[in-house]
Parts: sequence; structure tokens; C-alpha cells
Amino acid sequence: MNTQIDYLREQVLAANASSKPILIKSGGTKAFYGNHLSVNEDVAVSLDMTALSGVINYEPTELVITAWAGTPLKLIEDTLKASGQRLAFEPPSFGSQATLGGCIASGLSGPARQSAGPLKDFVLGSHLLDAQGNVLRFGGEVMKNVAGYDVSRMLAGSMGMFGVLTQVSVKVAPDPLETVTLEFDVDEQTALALCHGWHSQALPVAATAFDGHLFVRLAGAPSAVASARRKLGGADVPLQAAHALWTNIREQTAEFFMNQRAGSTGLWRLAVAPNTPALNLGETVFEWGGGQRWVNSELDASTLRAAATRAGGHATLFRSGSGQRLPADGVFHPLSSGVAQIVKRLKNEFDPKGLFNPGRLVFGL
Amino acid sequence: MNAVTDSGFVANVSYRPQEVIEALLAVLPAHCVLSRTEDTRPYECDGLSLYRSVPMAVVLPETEKQVQDVLIACRRLGVPVVARGAGTGLSGGAMPHAQGVLLGLAKFNKIKRIDPQAAIAVVEPGVRNLAVSEAAAPYGLYYAPDPSSQIACTIGGNVAENSGGVHCLKYGLTVHNVMKVRLVSIDGEILEFGSLAPDSPGPDLLSVFVGSEGMLGVVTEVTLKLTPKPALARVIMASFDDVEKASQAVAAIIAAGIIPAGLEMMDQQATQMVEPFVKAGYDTNAAAILLCESDGTVEEVADEIARMEQVFHRIGAIKLEVSATEAQRLLFWAGRKNAFPAAGRVSPDYYCMDGTIPRRSLGRVLGAITEMEQRFNLRCANVFHAGDGNLHPLILFDSNSAEEVRRAEDFGAAILELCVEVGGTITGEHGVGMEKINQMCVQFSRLELERFLCVKRAFDPPGLLNPDKVVPTLARCAEYGKLHVHGGVLPFADLPRF
Repeated sequence: MNTQIDYLREQVLAANASSKPILIKSGGTKAFYGNHLSVNEDVAVSLDMTALSGVINYEPTELVITAWAGTPLKLIEDTLKASGQRLAFEPPSFGSQATLGGCIASGLSGPARQSAGPLKDFVLGSHLLDAQGNVLRFGGEVMKNVAGYDVSRMLAGSMGMFGVLTQVSVKVAPDPLETVTLEFDVDEQTALALCHGWHSQALPVAATAFDGHLFVRLAGAPSAVASARRKLGGADVPLQAAHALWTNIREQTAEFFMNQRAGSTGLWRLAVAPNTPALNLGETVFEWGGGQRWVNSELDASTLRAAATRAGGHATLFRSGSGQRLPADGVFHPLSSGVAQIVKRLKNEFDPKGLFNPGRLVFGL
Repeated sequence: MNAVTDSGFVANVSYRPQEVIEALLAVLPAHCVLSRTEDTRPYECDGLSLYRSVPMAVVLPETEKQVQDVLIACRRLGVPVVARGAGTGLSGGAMPHAQGVLLGLAKFNKIKRIDPQAAIAVVEPGVRNLAVSEAAAPYGLYYAPDPSSQIACTIGGNVAENSGGVHCLKYGLTVHNVMKVRLVSIDGEILEFGSLAPDSPGPDLLSVFVGSEGMLGVVTEVTLKLTPKPALARVIMASFDDVEKASQAVAAIIAAGIIPAGLEMMDQQATQMVEPFVKAGYDTNAAAILLCESDGTVEEVADEIARMEQVFHRIGAIKLEVSATEAQRLLFWAGRKNAFPAAGRVSPDYYCMDGTIPRRSLGRVLGAITEMEQRFNLRCANVFHAGDGNLHPLILFDSNSAEEVRRAEDFGAAILELCVEVGGTITGEHGVGMEKINQMCVQFSRLELERFLCVKRAFDPPGLLNPDKVVPTLARCAEYGKLHVHGGVLPFADLPRF
């Protein structure tokens, strides 16, 4: 892989020498995500990561996998599956071409984030190719590591703004012994209330999703799943149907996500305090016990952002509607001024010329 | 006059102590400012008493506004500021700066709010770790990270160090259990990182902040995630006649798809040290014992304990004992948690290391430590978080002998360098502080250390918050004589050095 790294380094150094923006690309499955406004694609260098592929180190008893950034996410998942393990945060792939690097850089977690925690919690270490062509190592392969600042966690979800991820070490988890999905025929507000009630109890609730019906996935030891199932009630969803259901929610292939509503400004993602009541902003699917709310809305960005702020969170235009104008300040919620100042200084320190994925995550940076 | 401090920043030392104290008294009530040596000396060190320095002044503010005013005054005069919680840290992270102000947060000791339904607690940084769990207990909730010092250590210190504990294998470190921090920047500005929502826009500053050892900002409020208390917890004490076998058992538990609530190892040196002190019922004849905990519903625990026992039998445990009552479970843990005080009983001094290694290297590294006992002619007890690979070798020595202190420090350094060599890290949960700053040169390259300084500058441009800690200057690494060599080749061999 040294040849591949050298090749990437050459391209970065060449782009740096001519001050050309660098757009980091891999499978392209998340190309829709983020801002694409501030770069003229003709003058940019497109950095293709797909050749930097392969698992570097995986020992099931260490609960960690290290792989090159361009490794297909599918290969990672299949490798883990063969040893009865998995990525506990269930990242969405949005297509078969998805890679580990894109997964980590976009920072998106799937349904099990509710119980397992977010993607960034699983990033133990990473290598970063910077604008000067250096490969820097942060973190490592061990579970606990407080030497220096935890830069690799910050790189998770940074959408490439600080440089190119070349390899990542991710903590993995054993598969649960048993999984059961239950369905409840309730409205949104009742569904939220049920989730809130379960939240503070010792129950093996792994994931929840509401799309007109509430679905609850229980996972863990068979005895714990059985007793929770008796306690919660609801109707059993057959195994295959349950698998399809969670996949469609995670991959956004459920009907709600596929069909663009007339007049909608796009698919909005509101991350809010989970105990926020129904927001009534438009047709809604929620996950994570109410913490993640997908809204197909006719309302404008400022109205949705104000609603998210009141609910202790933020609003992202996840997929814009066709022919819709993008919000003037970008698809992501603007940062508070104090935080924006630090982020700007971090960007200047890591990428002084502002070459990497300009504006993609933070408007203007 | 300007001087270059060790962290590479220019600090203005043109101020006179009297001028600083006057500036502090202008923004704080007189009882919140200590400047006489007899008042400031109690703050000269934290839990790592090998490193001491009496600060120019100690301030004990009572409000967030006062914290802001102190930082604004220090920034104006260019005075270094070291924040401190309970001072239980083990790496000298809260050791004062001789020309600086020690900012004690002991008076920020209120639990502001517990929301049982949202399972969160909003607390001030001076609240003790255990106090959070005590306050949450009536709601069937607790705060999961449980460092052994939890009876005394504070949440602010936990955030600074990213503290772990015996249960973090399953429940995570501080960073996994903090939702939001409110802090004052060196400019006196109030900032919030994180939120009650699952995530925040922009790059994740909370992740960098937790574990930053007081170098990026001063925390004034923390929102913690609370965990529902499991219905039952039981712990297995498994004895082994061989340390290597005990190490294999750790890997075998994980390989069986089990994530125990806690998985700790104590070697014979440690059990023999602890048993007379705590009377926990440890098997002092065993070469090593494992404490392996299962928690959850009654049925779940019964199933998991059976699976754990099966694994231990297969690897060749010579004795298994499962806690029969909650009292016995707590007693098993009491021995583990009191290992440090027990070390203090059998030896005038002890030096606790904190390296983390891949689990597969446990046997090899423990064997090497035994050999090092001969080489350095000092005893070393091992009591540690085996499930995470986080070692805590306790080197026993006598600080009355300067020569023995030097041997203890060399012993510690040799252990940490071995940890790096096998692919691990110099610190799993205690932090770098003053203590492990030289070993940072072993673990990281020049460019990586420079990048840490970049992070520091982005949060604290004048470099006044806890300066000279954690990130060594290149000159310091040169003096220590070790710079990370990657794959046998010095990186950028053609670059001028120092």
C-alpha cells in the first residue's frame, strides 16, 4: 500500500503547490451529503481513495479492526460477520460502493446508535494524510488511550475538512445472542411517550423507529429479550420482515425516504433531545427514541432550525429537494460564534490553505 | 521580558506577583484568594506527590462569572492558570505552575438537576463522582464510570483526564458518558460543546476536550448520561496457577462473545498485599486471580455466569468462586479498589503506571515486568483492567532514597516504552500530565506532537492554560534522547533537528 500512499501524497502535494482544492472521493455513495457550493469542480483535484483498500489487522479477541480507508464497508462487515462480530453503530452505506473512510468521515450511525452509541465512540485510531504530504497517526488499536488529544475522534464526522483519512482502527462488538422486533400500532406522540418511558429502565432496547407504526428491536441475552418482550407487549415482526424493515430505515430505502413530496424543501434531519414531544413540522419518521427525526417538510430552513434549537438540537438539510434552493448558510446548522472561532483556527492549523473539501462541512471553511 | 515556556508558547513574565494578586482581589472576594505560602502549600501537588510546585496564588471562585474574571485577568497579565478538582490525579496534571495561578473548583459542588426520565444529571465540576450515583440512586440510575478514587475525585477532573474505572469495558469511559460541557475559554468566553441531542453540527470539539487535561478550557458545568441500574450483578473470582493462563482466559472470554461488566486481574504480589488489609477472601495461593462481573436481569446474569464459568474451566482455572450476595460482590471489589491504599501499607511509596496494551500481549508484558523487577531491584504488584488491556503496575519503593526514586522512575519508563513497543499506549486513563511527558516523545513523532500543539493553540492561543504539560517540546524530546522511530526509519531524516 506504500505505493498507493505515495500516489495520494503526490497528488496532494501537487494540488498544494498550485493551491487547488482537493475533493476526497471514494465510493461516492454519500456525495449528496454536505455543502457543494464553494468549489468550482473544474479546477479541483479529485482524490480517488478506492485503490487504498484492504483489511490491515483483525483479531476478534482484540475487538478491533484496522483497515485502509478505501476498503469497501461490505468487506468489513462480512469479515466481522464471519467471526460473529459487527460494527455496533450500524452505519448506513447508501449503496454497495460505500467505503470505511467515507463511513468514518461522514460520521453517520444507524438504528443501533440508540443503544450502542455513535460512530465516533468506536474510532480508536486513524492515520491522516495532511496538506504537506505527511501521514500522522492519532490514537491506536487499544481500547483506552489518553495520550495526547483524541484527534481521531474529532476526525470522525469531520467530512475530510482536516485532511485525508488513510486508515482507521474501529472497535467492534460481538453479535447479540438474540434479536426480536416488536410492532406497536400507535401515533407519533404515543410512540415518543413509550420510548421515553423505556429509556430510563434497564431494558435491552437496541433500536426504535416510528414510520406510522412504532418498531422496537430488542437484542441481548435470550432470557433478557424474553422478559422484556413480555413487559413491553406489542406484536412480533417475523425475522425476515424485521431485517428488511431495519435495513430500509438505515439505508433510507423505505417508502418515506424514496418519494419526494411535492412542495417539500427536502429531507431534513433534526437531532434533538429525545424527550422532545412531536414537533409537527411535516411528515415524520423518528429513530433513536426520538433523538433523530427525519422530516419531509414544506417549511423553510430558518423555521426548521428554530424548532430544532428550541428542542436542544440542530437541523440538517440531509437531501435537498429537486429544484429547491439551498439555505444561504449551507445545509448544516450554523455554529455558535465561539465554537465557529475555534473550528476556524483548527482548520487553519491543520489545512492552512483550505484545500480539503472546502465548505463541505462548515460553510466558508 | 519574554520567556519561551516549555510548551513552546511565549508567556509574558513581566508581571510582579503583587500585581497579579491585586488583579485577582479586584474580581474576587478576599476569602477566595490565597497567596501566603502556608495557605498555598497544600495545593503544591496532586495524587502524584513526586512532583511538587507551590503556586504564586490559589483562587477558589464561587461563581462562573468569577471564573471568567479570573481568566480575563490572567490573560491580560499573561499569567499561567492550572485548574484543579480534588487533586486525586495520578500524573501531575494539576501540579501548579510556580509563576502561575492555581484555579480550584472545589466550591462548584452542586448537583444542579437530575432528570430521571431523560436519564441525565447536570452537575458542577467540583461534584464528587460517587455523589452523582448517590443522588441518582432513588431513580434506579447511576453514573457508570467508576475510577477507584470515586469517593473523592470530581467530575471536572474526570472530564480533564477522561477517567475510566473497573466497569468501562462495558459502559465506556468518561467521554462516552458526557453529553455536554459548559466551559470558560482563556478569553473569558462561555462555550458549550455537545448537547442533549445525539450530536452537534460541525467537527466534534467535545471529543477533543474530554481528556485534554485542563489545557483547553475551564469547565463550569457538565451534563452526564445516567445508566439504569441493572437488577443484579454477580462477580466470579477465578484463580489461576499461572499468569499466562489468566491472560489467555481474558482473551477467551472476549472470544466467546462476552463483554463482562468488569474484567480485572490481580497477580499474587497484589493479592498478598491486599488480603491482610481488606480480607476480601482472595485466593492468595494463586499466581493470579481474575474478577469477572456479569450484570443485567436475574435470568441474564445466571446464563452469562454459566458461560463465563465454562470458559474459565476450559482454560484451566484452579478455583472459581461466584459472589453469593451483594455484600460479597462488594467485598470482592473492595479488595481491587483498595489496592493502592494497600500498597501504601506495605511500602513507604508506590508508583502507579497506566500503560495500555493489546490483550494478546498481556502474558508477554507481565513476564517482562517480572524480569524488570530483578533488573531494577524493586518489587512490582500488578492489579489492572485486564479486559481493556489497561495495566496498572504498582512499583514499590522508598522515596527517602534518591537512588531508589531514580530506579523506580526508570522502571516505570521501561514499562511504558514496552507498552508502546507492543502497539499500546503510555496512558490508558491517568493522563500524561507532568509524569509521562518524556514518553510522549516515544509514542509520537515530531509532526504528531506539533499537531497536538496546533490543537492547543486553536483553543488557547496564548498558551496559558496548564502550560508545560502533556505535549513536550521538541527540545525536551531531544534532551530525553528519544524520538519516535517509525518502522526503523527516522521520519524526514533530511530535516534539520533542534
